[in-house]
Amino acid sequence: MYKIISKKQLSKDVFSADIDAPLIAQSRKPGQFVIICINNEYSERIPLTVAGADPEKGTIRLIWQRVGKTTAELSDLCEGDVIESVTGPLGNPTHIENFGTVVCVGGGIGNAPLLPIAAGLKEAGNYVISILGARNSDLLILADDFEKVSDEVILVTDDGSIGRKALVTEPLKEVCERDKKPDMAFAIGPVPMMKFSSLVTQQYEVPTMVSLNTIMIDGTGMCGGCRVDVGGETKFVCVDGPEFDGHLVDYNMMMKRQNAYKDQETKAYQFYKDHKCKIGLD
Amino acid sequence: MLNELIQKQSDGTIKPSDRFEIPAQLIPEQPPSERVKNNLEVSLGYTEEQARLEALRCLQCKNAPCEQGCPVNIRIRDFIAAIADGDYKKSLSIIKENSLLPAVCGRVCPQEVQCQETCTVGKKFKDVSQAVSIGRLERFVADYDSDNESVPKVAAPTGRKVAVIGSGPGGIVTATDLRREGHDVTVFEAFHKPGGVMVYGIPEFRLPKSIISKEINVLEKMGVHMAMNYVVGKTRTIEQLMKEDGFDAVYIGVGAGLPYFMGIEGENLIGVYSANEFLTRANLMKAYKFGNGADTPIANSKKVAVIGGGNVAMDSARTAKRLGAEHVYLIYRRTETEMPARVEEIHHAKEEGIEFLLLQNPKKIIGDEESFVTGIEVIKNELGEPDSSGRRRPVPIAGSEFMIDVDTVIIAVGNGANPLIGQTTPDLELNKWGYVVVDDNCKTSIDGVYAGGDIVLGAATVILAMGQGRSAAAAMNEYLSNLK
Repeated sequence: MYKIISKKQLSKDVFSADIDAPLIAQSRKPGQFVIICINNEYSERIPLTVAGADPEKGTIRLIWQRVGKTTAELSDLCEGDVIESVTGPLGNPTHIENFGTVVCVGGGIGNAPLLPIAAGLKEAGNYVISILGARNSDLLILADDFEKVSDEVILVTDDGSIGRKALVTEPLKEVCERDKKPDMAFAIGPVPMMKFSSLVTQQYEVPTMVSLNTIMIDGTGMCGGCRVDVGGETKFVCVDGPEFDGHLVDYNMMMKRQNAYKDQETKAYQFYKDHKCKIGLD
Repeated sequence: MLNELIQKQSDGTIKPSDRFEIPAQLIPEQPPSERVKNNLEVSLGYTEEQARLEALRCLQCKNAPCEQGCPVNIRIRDFIAAIADGDYKKSLSIIKENSLLPAVCGRVCPQEVQCQETCTVGKKFKDVSQAVSIGRLERFVADYDSDNESVPKVAAPTGRKVAVIGSGPGGIVTATDLRREGHDVTVFEAFHKPGGVMVYGIPEFRLPKSIISKEINVLEKMGVHMAMNYVVGKTRTIEQLMKEDGFDAVYIGVGAGLPYFMGIEGENLIGVYSANEFLTRANLMKAYKFGNGADTPIANSKKVAVIGGGNVAMDSARTAKRLGAEHVYLIYRRTETEMPARVEEIHHAKEEGIEFLLLQNPKKIIGDEESFVTGIEVIKNELGEPDSSGRRRPVPIAGSEFMIDVDTVIIAVGNGANPLIGQTTPDLELNKWGYVVVDDNCKTSIDGVYAGGDIVLGAATVILAMGQGRSAAAAMNEYLSNLK
């Protein structure tokens, strides 16, 4: 039983919660994730990156976007409610060292897992350039937190409602073209964003790590449901990743595999929205 | 007939010829056409009359070869004698001297290659299917007792703490034996529900989950702590458990949880599953109830190809059928005689309409532009020269390729050692396959750390995991009593 200690809504569909999980808070390192199961009898198991942890308080922070039934159900939980299962920390931690100059590229909800990595990089002595993008200002999260751990922050939105009107790839290209080009890039966000960011950095030979968020069930490497093609080899995101060399990932295959249950997901989400008791009798 | 035989038995006038005349009792089963539409247990269990008649078929022969065939040396002859006498309680207590999970083993043990293979009666009829149905008798007494909530006695606290990693058959049994001794035992389980392969792998229609819940309940009543959602190697490592968390000894019973894929073209298309994933969605996550009590989806399969010939392949095929597939093909590269699956499961699968394609092997999987599986290309084999194992090896017949329309492919060609424990426990000796190396007492290369079951043997059976668990527990109890 993992209690929700506090919960915030960051934007229309983005939520943040601090969950009581002392063991995970203690062992977790940036880049790792957990698998949650709201109700052990009926819920599905889904992966969520750990956006932060407080080992002293014994809590972990999860930030998620409401995109389907389970994330919606999670969004409807309140402080004091419990998530029945939280398993972790899973996956390999981000490899952080003093690379020199690093560029962190975050897209939408990707800013959440990117933040602790940026913080870790800053702490390791890197010069941190953070490029954060979203469709609009409402979806651009954690900009203030990034200010605290970056040497430069560049904000972009598709509609120009905050920062520049551009996709992240534009400022990324400019940063790569500087005399002091970055020594390392980290990109986390929607798959197309990671794909195109990697194509940019590849042109400038900037090594790039991306964090993949595939469908998962167990998260410990026993089912292979999360498999992706990286450089012609099959890898399990849950145990070989979640981070991989951005220049070697087969993003097209990954995007296709994300559609495996599109029909079921759409129906389940619609059913949940239609049947959610409006006066709290659930 | 039964009363006559009982009379003869109590008179002492019963003869082997009387016994040979008793027909082998057929276990009532759900008819195939009905059972493919539900997840209820296929085998309904003997009636009392059937059980006693079957028990009377046992010759009570002097050397009891059946006991040699049993991996945990259950006193088979005696437990059967007790059933023949109508003393089911006594029968169960004899079984429980050696086997702690009779309701499970009575259902899933491959008796036809263990106790029943060596049975004298089967040998007399030159037909192993005519052997005494030891497994069904074990199941009968286990189920008969199922309302009795007896809990093994626990000795006084020893002050020693033991960690059991994995709540599958090995872990459950090891935890029981360790707790009986009075140690403080915690079972760590990565999943949100305990039971291991008995709960995520073996389907409900072969092994009802309520049986596992009961066993876990007994553990909890004994005072064993169950820690779910705990991945040893990630949440805490074995080193941390022993050096920081006060555990004096550890049992590694994590199983063989690494799915093997074939490495053929198209294996990453949507609709290609490892058997582990398919079964975990269907069994543990109840995907058969998707949209009506469960949120985990599974492919809406109409034509399924299952690759493999073991019990996992049979389970996958039969589960796919129950999920609504119209055609389920079981593709195996050798012939039926070489199939490692239990004869009973192969028989049930055929009855349920699984189409066996033997001496065939997949070459590649084809998909559409959205990357959904549309077909599988298969090549035919013939049996060639024997290989080093003595079995004739399958040799592809050039030019015999053909296509089968399918929307789902389930790869059930085996499981290996999940590397997590090995990677996070320095000094733990592994063999080249990644399995943990142990001595005859299941002791690993680290003092106080023991291992058993699939993580040592490779993917095997519940009874072998249990046998090793009991050996390990005995060795651990001794180790702990000698600790200063």
